[in-house]
Amino acid sequence: MEIFATALPALGDAWALILQPVVLGYLVLGVVMGLAVGVFPGLGGIAGLSLLLPFMFGMDPVLGLALMIGMVAVVPTSDTFASVLMGIPGSSASQATVLDGFPMAKNGQAARALAAAFTSSLFGGLVGATFLTMFILVARPIVLAFGLPEMLMITILGLSMVAILAGRFALKGLAAAGLGMMIGTIGEADAGGSLRMATYDIPYLTDGLKLVIVGLGIFAIPEIVSLLRQDRSIAKGASLGAGWMDGVRDWMANKWLSVRCSIIGVVVGIIPGLGGSVVDWIAYGHTVQTTKDKTNFGKGEVRGVIGPESSNNAKEGGGLVPTLLFGIPGSGSMAIFIGAIALLGSGDIEVGPAMLKNNLDITYSIVWLLALANVVGTILCIAASGGIAKLTTIRFTYLAPFLFMLISFAAFQSGQNFEDLLALFAIGLIGIFLRRFDWSRPAFLIGFVLSNPVEKFSNQAFQIASFRFRKSFEEGIDYVFSPIVIVLIIITLVSVVLGLRQAKAIMAEGEVQSGSKRAPLIFLLVIAAYLVVALINANMIPDYNLTDKIIPLVVGSLALLCCLILLVQMMRRQEGDAIFADKEVAGEDADAPYGLWSTLAWFAGLIVATWFLGFILALVGFLIAFLRVRAGAGWGKTLILAACGIGFMCLMAGALNRDFPPGLLQGAVDLPWPLK
Amino acid sequence: MTKFNFTRRAVMGFIAAAGIAAPAAAEVDFTGKTIEWVIPFSETGGSAKWANFFGPLLSEALPGKPTVVVKFMPGAGSTKGANWFQEQEHEDGTLLFGTSGSTQFPYLLGDPRVRYEYNDWNPVMASGTGGVAYLNAEDGAKFDGSANALKDTDFIYGSQGATRLDLVPLLAWQMLGMNVEPVFGIKGRGDGRLMFERGEANIDYQTSSGYLGGSTALVNDGKAIPMMTWGALDADGNIVRDPTFPDIATFKEVCQATDGCETSGDAWDAWKAFFVAGFPVQKLAFLPAGTPQDVIDTYTKAFQDVVARADFAEISSKRVGKYPVFTGEGAQGALGTATQVPDSAKAYVTDWLQNAYGVSLK
Repeated sequence: MEIFATALPALGDAWALILQPVVLGYLVLGVVMGLAVGVFPGLGGIAGLSLLLPFMFGMDPVLGLALMIGMVAVVPTSDTFASVLMGIPGSSASQATVLDGFPMAKNGQAARALAAAFTSSLFGGLVGATFLTMFILVARPIVLAFGLPEMLMITILGLSMVAILAGRFALKGLAAAGLGMMIGTIGEADAGGSLRMATYDIPYLTDGLKLVIVGLGIFAIPEIVSLLRQDRSIAKGASLGAGWMDGVRDWMANKWLSVRCSIIGVVVGIIPGLGGSVVDWIAYGHTVQTTKDKTNFGKGEVRGVIGPESSNNAKEGGGLVPTLLFGIPGSGSMAIFIGAIALLGSGDIEVGPAMLKNNLDITYSIVWLLALANVVGTILCIAASGGIAKLTTIRFTYLAPFLFMLISFAAFQSGQNFEDLLALFAIGLIGIFLRRFDWSRPAFLIGFVLSNPVEKFSNQAFQIASFRFRKSFEEGIDYVFSPIVIVLIIITLVSVVLGLRQAKAIMAEGEVQSGSKRAPLIFLLVIAAYLVVALINANMIPDYNLTDKIIPLVVGSLALLCCLILLVQMMRRQEGDAIFADKEVAGEDADAPYGLWSTLAWFAGLIVATWFLGFILALVGFLIAFLRVRAGAGWGKTLILAACGIGFMCLMAGALNRDFPPGLLQGAVDLPWPLK
Repeated sequence: MTKFNFTRRAVMGFIAAAGIAAPAAAEVDFTGKTIEWVIPFSETGGSAKWANFFGPLLSEALPGKPTVVVKFMPGAGSTKGANWFQEQEHEDGTLLFGTSGSTQFPYLLGDPRVRYEYNDWNPVMASGTGGVAYLNAEDGAKFDGSANALKDTDFIYGSQGATRLDLVPLLAWQMLGMNVEPVFGIKGRGDGRLMFERGEANIDYQTSSGYLGGSTALVNDGKAIPMMTWGALDADGNIVRDPTFPDIATFKEVCQATDGCETSGDAWDAWKAFFVAGFPVQKLAFLPAGTPQDVIDTYTKAFQDVVARADFAEISSKRVGKYPVFTGEGAQGALGTATQVPDSAKAYVTDWLQNAYGVSLK
């Protein structure tokens, strides 16, 4: 009761602060800016927030908060546009949305998918805020109950979702996840600093690959290339079958799923150190497990959109707990947010343990500004979704060059190296072949995303556990098998068993025909060869840095084992068996009028030209050549479209103060922005 | 031939002189310009906080009130950004670069990734910080101003890596004869504090701002006992009590009180050298190589104006702690302090890293 005595007046004060016209005005302004930034995949809230920072100094705290929260809150909402319409995962929060959202767009149901996604986001955001209002006062001990073993178990729970997404052949899915994890270990190890599959001569590799690049390469590039080869619109038959009202009705019909996934989002969100990387996969897995008819997942099941979207906005609310209570940012944008709060007013709002005691009204303002920003953002997004969904009826050949432009820019922003583009291309190739031979791409991505947490948490938990065991056996057991860990182990086991039983019904890549042995076998051998090289490489790390080699060795061996069993199976089975799935045998890709390599050559051309001329000049040539030659547009149309593309790119990059990849030309001659 | 060469050289010299003199005659004015302050770390670290604090103040103090934006270029433990900055040349004075102890240490330890040279750059501002080590309540009760009663306790500590700033606390605890096992691989000191709060770690250290923001609350609740600060440097280079924490003893005092810990000799010299390079001058702001003197002077003046603000002491103590900010000559001196470490100290630390943690920087 004492809690209510302090909470209720503070909550009242918070609402009094928020419900002023000028505060709401700033909030709407922030939301509109956030939506504009969110259009760019891969940029996220960080770019927008950094832009606002210089104005925060000495600003009235509530106004500054309204502006910033408006901007941060809507990025996970607006990046849904890219995931659903183009199959581009805009951020880690919208990876799982791609799985069913994009197939819906291909079925001509883009507006319905968007509306269902936005309604779920809105609801998730509100559930998150309500939950937090009650929870934040007692959250501290609960957050502290999640130690390293607990975090490791949650990561493993996330990893167990591979079981359900593994596809028709569980071994292929496991091998894909293992390969993803091995790609995730590339670079300098966190613990001992050993290099894995990297060298100091190529500094780019020492940092490892970024999630943005892997997400774009695995999901976006294969889809873009495939659609481009077929030379059609995203929506088959170029028609929109369902409107946005259908999406809202879909949400109504699945509101309890939405409630459950929102709660998953809040709970996982409050655990510092995990962030958004697992939450949408856990929500997706839960959605699949609780759906009776699983045959539509991967082909455009609306529940597959509602689940992850409900969780990812609720997660934003949950993520405020570690940020506000412990001063530990859960993401890059939250880090800037903390920095910016200190700039506000006279600078006496200090994020951290004192926040609840001294600034409870501000804390509640933040929670509810976030919820309110969600409402405003969702309404704007739904209003726009009908119109924006029409993009899916345009002939894809006119969209593709601009998508190549966007993903190249997004990839470059992740590390500001030319190598980012090369990495995007290389990962894109892996994605194309995983898709072609029906190896689960979601499994690969889950493996990649969770590679670092699995390695970090298992090493650290192991070290602390052995420290406890040295003190006494009981202390060690208490540490490793806490009640939370035991519950998580049970959930994980149940979800693996259920998942493996159900996985065969879920075909993330749709129906795939099978063909001859040769191509799938070669792909398998290439993967196995990489794993062998990576294993040898990891084994060369000296033993005193065991922490840096143990995970690559274990994971790599398991993945290699999967590959070897697959190899034996492939040798023993007949041609035409489902194990030899190959999209180039029959179906959309096989019947496409354009070949894979000639289509990919356009993208390669853009990258090569960038190497010589820098991004903008290369882009001018690329857009004009592509529209003229590939799309067959007239000169007038070509020039207008190219100018629009370049103009848009420069406008956004200029406003956000971003650079473009420079080429050899820029190294030799000084050119003015945007050419430099 | 000689005469011709002489004439040519004279002409060239004259042109060169004129070239240098010309911009000096014009007032440096940044009206309508955007200053990019590049930080070789991610948005989450202390350097981001530091640059975001000084950025708006600098903007107001520079002539023409340019917009100052902080750009982040993380990678390879900040060596990527520093290598990039090494390639930059002066253009119009709108590029500023910030380094931290994590940029200094790889440079001092001969990390193979380092392709930058501090002495090529022009320091315009430097600031320091301090650090506080603390223990959990149970073990803290055994602490009596010396580490004598702590030698039989096993400690566990969440660390970012032995070659980072964590080198200073790890070496200090070892000199005190304490058995501290680092758990490597955490991403920031905030994560270390969380590990301490969860009871997984039983010893921790924070830089001043981190201690003020998060750990003092633990101390007030009786969950943590402060052990020592690293201290601060007086004008003569002696280690004295940290002005932000005058009530907490320095490592030097604790070392003197502890059996077997020496405040002279190789170990002490090495510790002090790396402490000095990492804390009293932790963060430096640089203009690129080849920057003309008048631009340097403009920045120096601007930073002096920032420090001279009536409210500077108040706003800075909350954000970055009560530590001197060096400008102009002071910044140059600070650069020397941060980057000149005797070879013997380097050798000692390199050996110790190899023996204690198997870390070799080759």
